[in-house]
Amino acid sequence: MSEMNRRDALQHLLAVPAGMVIAPEVVERAAAHVEAALAPATPEASSEQGAQPAGRAAYSPKQFTTDEWRLLRVLVDYVIPRDVRSGSATDAGVPEFMDFMLGESAGMRTWMKNGLGWMNAECRARFGKGFVSCTDTQRRVVLDAIAYPKKAAPELKPGVDFFNNLRNLTASGFFSSRVGIRDLGYIGNVPVAKWEGTPPQVMAWVKRG
Amino acid sequence: MTQPRSTTYDVAIVGSGAGGGMAAYQLTKAGAKVVMLEAGSWWDNADPTYSAMLKMPYDSPRRGASTPDRPFGEWDACIGGWTIPGEPYTKAEGTKFDWWRGRMLGGRTNHWGRISLRFGPDDFRRKSLDGMGDDWPIGYDDLKPWYDEVDRLIGIFGSLENLPNDPDGIFHPAPAPRYYEHVVKDTCDTMGVTCIPARLSVITKPLNGRSPCHYCGQCNRGCMTNSNFSSPNVLIFPAMKTGNLTLITDAMAREVLTGPDGRATGVAYVDKKTGEDREVRARIVVLAASALESARLLLNSKSSRHPNGLANASGVVGRYITDTTGTDVAGFIPRLVDVPRHNADGVGGGHIYMPWWLDNKKLDFPRGYHIEVWGGLGMPSYGFMGGIQSYPEGGGYGADLKQQYRRYWGATVGFSGRGEMIPNDKSFVEIDPVVKDRFGIPVLRVHWEWRDAEYLQVKHMQETFRAIIAEMGGEVWSAMPTREQGYGIANGGAIIHELGGVRMGRSDRDSALNANCQAWGCDNLFVADGGPFVSQADKNPTWTILALSMRTSDHIIRQRRAGAL
Repeated sequence: MSEMNRRDALQHLLAVPAGMVIAPEVVERAAAHVEAALAPATPEASSEQGAQPAGRAAYSPKQFTTDEWRLLRVLVDYVIPRDVRSGSATDAGVPEFMDFMLGESAGMRTWMKNGLGWMNAECRARFGKGFVSCTDTQRRVVLDAIAYPKKAAPELKPGVDFFNNLRNLTASGFFSSRVGIRDLGYIGNVPVAKWEGTPPQVMAWVKRG
Repeated sequence: MTQPRSTTYDVAIVGSGAGGGMAAYQLTKAGAKVVMLEAGSWWDNADPTYSAMLKMPYDSPRRGASTPDRPFGEWDACIGGWTIPGEPYTKAEGTKFDWWRGRMLGGRTNHWGRISLRFGPDDFRRKSLDGMGDDWPIGYDDLKPWYDEVDRLIGIFGSLENLPNDPDGIFHPAPAPRYYEHVVKDTCDTMGVTCIPARLSVITKPLNGRSPCHYCGQCNRGCMTNSNFSSPNVLIFPAMKTGNLTLITDAMAREVLTGPDGRATGVAYVDKKTGEDREVRARIVVLAASALESARLLLNSKSSRHPNGLANASGVVGRYITDTTGTDVAGFIPRLVDVPRHNADGVGGGHIYMPWWLDNKKLDFPRGYHIEVWGGLGMPSYGFMGGIQSYPEGGGYGADLKQQYRRYWGATVGFSGRGEMIPNDKSFVEIDPVVKDRFGIPVLRVHWEWRDAEYLQVKHMQETFRAIIAEMGGEVWSAMPTREQGYGIANGGAIIHELGGVRMGRSDRDSALNANCQAWGCDNLFVADGGPFVSQADKNPTWTILALSMRTSDHIIRQRRAGAL
């Protein structure tokens, strides 16, 4: 989006209804993501805005052992890696999000802990070492075997189930972060004075052949 | 808030939801001194301490996920849920039933989808039309002026359609459809399925000092600008401004008190904060605790004059309960992949819906349903695109997976059928002979059974939704549910439209209330929630609860002025 278009879009999007009885700071805060979502995306820009800005390196997980934490961080970046548009799952604070969620749910702790254990056991059975110690190629052998449920061998079901859960939770954490919201281009959550319906260029797309 | 014991109010209202809020509004405006008991706590949707409106998911470490007292997500306004600690209910063997209870000011008006449909003329006389269920003691014409009043007072958007059994109201302009709603609408037009603008109690013009909607799509979080309807912002706060309303929160009603003459004298309740038993005295009692809670209160209000409980000489209290039938189907719509990004938030609900459009005489089930539509580019939050392995790539990871999420976001459309159940003698509530809640109040035991009328209707919903999705060029990933799976019918109670249990009628032999929602055998006791409903209709009940409560309140005011109460 060109700079001029972007400014127009912003102006249009943030035209707060006259007489709206809501504090301007609430509106500004709510709409802060829009400018970022409309700006050209780069992984550098987006990773700076990770959900856990301060002290990421010093973060000490409450629900994971040191080994589990290391494994988790490697694993979630296989699920959602950094690319040309945005940062990775760890850039977006997904492991920290998971650490919080596990603290809320015994069921989640169980599948997560069992699943991480399964990953290591599977890697040891195949390559004689845990997931983190495996090469990228070896890791992908295991991931390929469990990441496509319909194609997976029946005996790998525990791994498949774990990976479905892990993928869902990674997506939840990533796409609800600043990084992910910006990546998706979600530009709602702003008060608009008048509902214009579907914009003409989107209507043209809807009605295309 | 503590009143001296000697205070006798004109009216005591139990419950602060749609029915209770409306009664409080009408009665206080007419000058009555009213006390309202609410089992939950204070809540003010306009106060950012309470409302989570305009928060982004990353404003919470939970990203909008549910909590124990907010099963629909941490930012849902409604505090309560399917299970409430210390407040159980029991189920007869074989019964599947889920009971959602709000525990807060405004009750379940903090939760609902604000779909505000009038019942139509046929909905009040179903027995006359097809021999099943019962007719109401009143007709559409009796309620129409009150529906009109509710429209004017609370506000609703919609469009004039002239459909015979889906009466038009006094509407604000309806918002234009979202991108996927255009596709659904075009498809339905092709298939002969009536598809019209939704009718929601969201205002699109200023009304009675309230700002119009600002289209953030977050009605369910509690609207800080009062642009939609919940009982506190539109009814209770104005009632409080009259100076005539005394609100007592955290007050769990135990029973309706009666005097030696059998008339109501007040309500006994438990102060949840201290555990102490208390009571309020009043000349008139209005129950609006929800259909099932009101039935429970009546059944628990036993005395020598009312050995079966109040309004229950006929034994009908707790009987003839219904919930809306429901089932959902979602489809992946390939032509919506890569939807151009734009703000598709809109109001907090669908902009279109499909009222019942077929003739049951040509079908194998007796009553209709309406269809609600969902999809779009809503705020990404906890649970975002769960189950990505169902999409064409079958799962995966890495850069390819990341691209899938981007491309498929907004390409799923879902349909929810909401239909009419016919009351049956296997679906009822009674007092459990053993179990009590943490306050020592006997709890309800629920019996529930769907019949062929409901199963075949839900089968038709499933087939219809699958046909619409196919016509849109989409795919449904779930298999058509079998008869053994009940064709995917939701549990009783799960749609949160329970009605009946304290039904109105023409005779004290087969109803609990007369045509003014006044208890048979206790003339200063009224019910103003979903309890009086005789039948369910294929419409969401709230607008009718409001209209009925307004009508009942008007009756109380007239009777009082005439010196009769």
